[in-house]
Amino acid sequence: MPTHDVLVIGAGLAGQRAALAAAEEGVSVGIVSKVHPVRSHSNAAQGGINAALNPGDSWESHAFDTIKGSDYLGDQDAIEIMAREAPEEILNMEHLGVTFHRNEEGKLGTRAFGGASAARTYYVADITGQAIMHVLYEQLMKHSEQVARYEEWFCTALAIDEQGECCGVVTRNVADGSMELFSAKSVILACGGNGQVWKPTTNALICTGDGIAMAYRAGAKLMDMEMIQYHPTTLAGKGFLITEGARGEGAHLLNAKGERFMERYAPNKMELASRDVVSRAEQTEINEGRGFPDGTVALDITVVPKKRVHEALREIVLVGKDFAGVDITREPIHIKPGNHYTMGGVKTDVDGRTDVPGLYAAGETACVSVHGGNRLGANSLLDTLIFGRRSGADAAARAKRTDASRPSRAVLEAEQATIDSIMSREKGSGRRISEIKEELGTTMDAKVAVFRDEAGISEALETVRRLKEEAKSAYIDDKSAIFNQDLLAAIELGYMLDNAECCCVAALERKESRGAQYRTDFPERNDEEWLKHIDLQLGDEGPEISYSEVTITQWEPEERKY
Amino acid sequence: MAEYTLKVRRYQPESGEGAYWEQFQVELDPSLSVLDGLLQAKDRDDGSLSVRCSCRAAICGSCGMKINGQSGLGCKTQIGEAQELAEKKASVGPSADGAPVITVEPMANMPVIKDLITDMESTHWSKIRRVTPWLLPHGEAPEREYIVEPESMIDITQSMACIQCGACVSSCLSMEADPEFIGPAALAKAYRFVGDPRDAETKERLHDLAHDPHGIYDCTHCFSCVDACPKGVAPMDQIMRLRRKAVEEGIDDDPNNGYNHSEAFVRMIEKKGTNDEALLVQESHALGLKGKLKPSKHAIKGLIESLPTVLRAIKTGKARSPAKVIPGIHPKLPGGAQDDVKAIYKHAEEHREEFNLYIKGEEEETE
Repeated sequence: MPTHDVLVIGAGLAGQRAALAAAEEGVSVGIVSKVHPVRSHSNAAQGGINAALNPGDSWESHAFDTIKGSDYLGDQDAIEIMAREAPEEILNMEHLGVTFHRNEEGKLGTRAFGGASAARTYYVADITGQAIMHVLYEQLMKHSEQVARYEEWFCTALAIDEQGECCGVVTRNVADGSMELFSAKSVILACGGNGQVWKPTTNALICTGDGIAMAYRAGAKLMDMEMIQYHPTTLAGKGFLITEGARGEGAHLLNAKGERFMERYAPNKMELASRDVVSRAEQTEINEGRGFPDGTVALDITVVPKKRVHEALREIVLVGKDFAGVDITREPIHIKPGNHYTMGGVKTDVDGRTDVPGLYAAGETACVSVHGGNRLGANSLLDTLIFGRRSGADAAARAKRTDASRPSRAVLEAEQATIDSIMSREKGSGRRISEIKEELGTTMDAKVAVFRDEAGISEALETVRRLKEEAKSAYIDDKSAIFNQDLLAAIELGYMLDNAECCCVAALERKESRGAQYRTDFPERNDEEWLKHIDLQLGDEGPEISYSEVTITQWEPEERKY
Repeated sequence: MAEYTLKVRRYQPESGEGAYWEQFQVELDPSLSVLDGLLQAKDRDDGSLSVRCSCRAAICGSCGMKINGQSGLGCKTQIGEAQELAEKKASVGPSADGAPVITVEPMANMPVIKDLITDMESTHWSKIRRVTPWLLPHGEAPEREYIVEPESMIDITQSMACIQCGACVSSCLSMEADPEFIGPAALAKAYRFVGDPRDAETKERLHDLAHDPHGIYDCTHCFSCVDACPKGVAPMDQIMRLRRKAVEEGIDDDPNNGYNHSEAFVRMIEKKGTNDEALLVQESHALGLKGKLKPSKHAIKGLIESLPTVLRAIKTGKARSPAKVIPGIHPKLPGGAQDDVKAIYKHAEEHREEFNLYIKGEEEETE
């Protein structure tokens, strides 16, 4: 049985950062990922990472912008920690080798980003996530004696001991199909978000909410699951992301009449209002007939100097050319709001601890909550690094003071039995996995998106519950052991359906409009009744609802205007 | 919407059968990708069709494959364009049965695990680790950031743009001949550190890569990796930068004779306009074209070791005419052509241009 003090599941930014932090404490660390670490979705974060590092800037300003961006649902103690620790973490990454953009003096340079009162976004062209992640992977290779890498190992369940503490995970080695029980004193879930529940989405095919679902099944609480970010600038149909950095560099949003419509919605910040505000503005323009016939509005990057575009938005030049056939330096590109980010997730404290002892969560899988109802651009990379590091350090400390508890083989046998039963389903015994996934994605995008109401969410929930039943008899074609992606897709579908159900239940419950949750039947924010988190825990009949307080330190809720 | 046929090279390791071709009919918009086509076939027809993929947007580097024989990313190759290329190839190549179809194969230069999935660990990642792929600064880190030239960061951002997809490795002709060649991806990664002003072991890295018999001088300038790279990293350019930097650091005595060989080549063309193969071997070991004869440290050994290659060239017909066998009688270019060559040299020396898309952009490169 592979045994480690700290086991990290997922090897994007949060997971790799957690593994390195735990290794620094001198404990034995394993990092397990269903794909090779550099394939992780942190790659896709283009624009940058926020920190109040400039002399004129302050952590308080960064914290306030984040709180306002969250529509006051973010927990202010956690946000303070993130904003205070950001500068040191950026410098740490710079020292490790991240090739951050420099200003003329050779110092770290910044760009503007949405919802921020100062230019405090540090970046590497428009490949910031990729650059940081590859540098972290360099460090994992460097520290291979302290951190064992399990690349292309898929987790199917957490192991919980008799005391209710997490003591390991069940995995499948993708390369040969063997099942393995891992033992660990602390387990950190850093498996990313659940974007694949929606179609289209900017998220990669691997973003199937694995960590959120595994924690939920193990009894951990989830929080803010209704808060799903729709990014304002994605390509219609395909869902590809156009970085907010484009607007940070000065690009305009135009409707079909050529109007810079943000004047009407956010006269001060214009295109750089927070994402929920911009996405709603775009969707309103489209719904009221001022969009293009393909259901889009336009992003005009031609107003940004060409030299600057090549230097700072090169990836977007490629996306435009390869995936939309548009030269963004010459003509506007059609975009629309698209599913992008999971603000909610596994409820944790500021050290990544969940309700299950020994179980941690970090990054998009977790909900600390620093993003509340709406995440600001360039705060997600920061979240992964700060809370990845804190989780790793705390998980290591716990491992040092805890005796190992060997996970029971029963959990391994149960997982093997589930897999055997999926494998044994005859062709035609039910629907195809891909059909169910397709119906799930289009349903959620139609009914649990930028604008929501009770009827729509209820219909979506009904569909999700029917699909959960249908998934039980869905069949797969591949019966082999080596790289059986068909089987993994069936397991991922189960994860996605749990995520979808929780999102619908929470969205139905929150009878107000706040951040990314806009209820057309309850269009106002209602602090009196709903300035609180919705927590969900697995019960006999699915998710059971409870509430928890929003932590307010020094910023009282006020009306949000951009 | 249009219909396409994808002819996929399949291999199911547990079947006991060898690799085989299978055709899938798919229907999708021409602007969608070959990967979209494969996923449609997987979703609708056969879930056992295996391909690594994740982002669908040419950023995660999972779906390296060969399409119509060309290494690249499945998600970045539009299916309509792939079909056009298949038709173009069919019209010039030997006539095949039926209508031309898009062929899809696993990457080359790597063992195949299943269908389009290859073993990148043994052929790619092991070589990445070979180049000590982490920053090696000296002394304590500064209190704030390292202060560096802004251009230096943009310069290495081109190699940072590498997504480790392996397309360059798959296309590399040198690696086909020498599987131990460190290869385009790992050498591009090496440049990311050599070009990084924060790294303190530049000279040690360069010495290592120049002296390795499978290092920077194993590249034959074929441009395959530049063509294959989906991210504009231009690995070959990074290898050439490593060579230039090595010389700048005074590393011109590599036992591979790589530096002398390239220097001999450059001078030969400057003087004669075309390659005097008979003289090249000798010149590579003892430069004499300009001024005094300067034998390299390993000249005698190198010349003796070159003999089999020379004999093979004569035997196979590569060097048959007297000008290709007898050193020195190779003619110069006629008329003023040699002056044109010299003018090109002068221009190149005065305007050293780097092919860096973060500086130049796509447009200037094509115009």
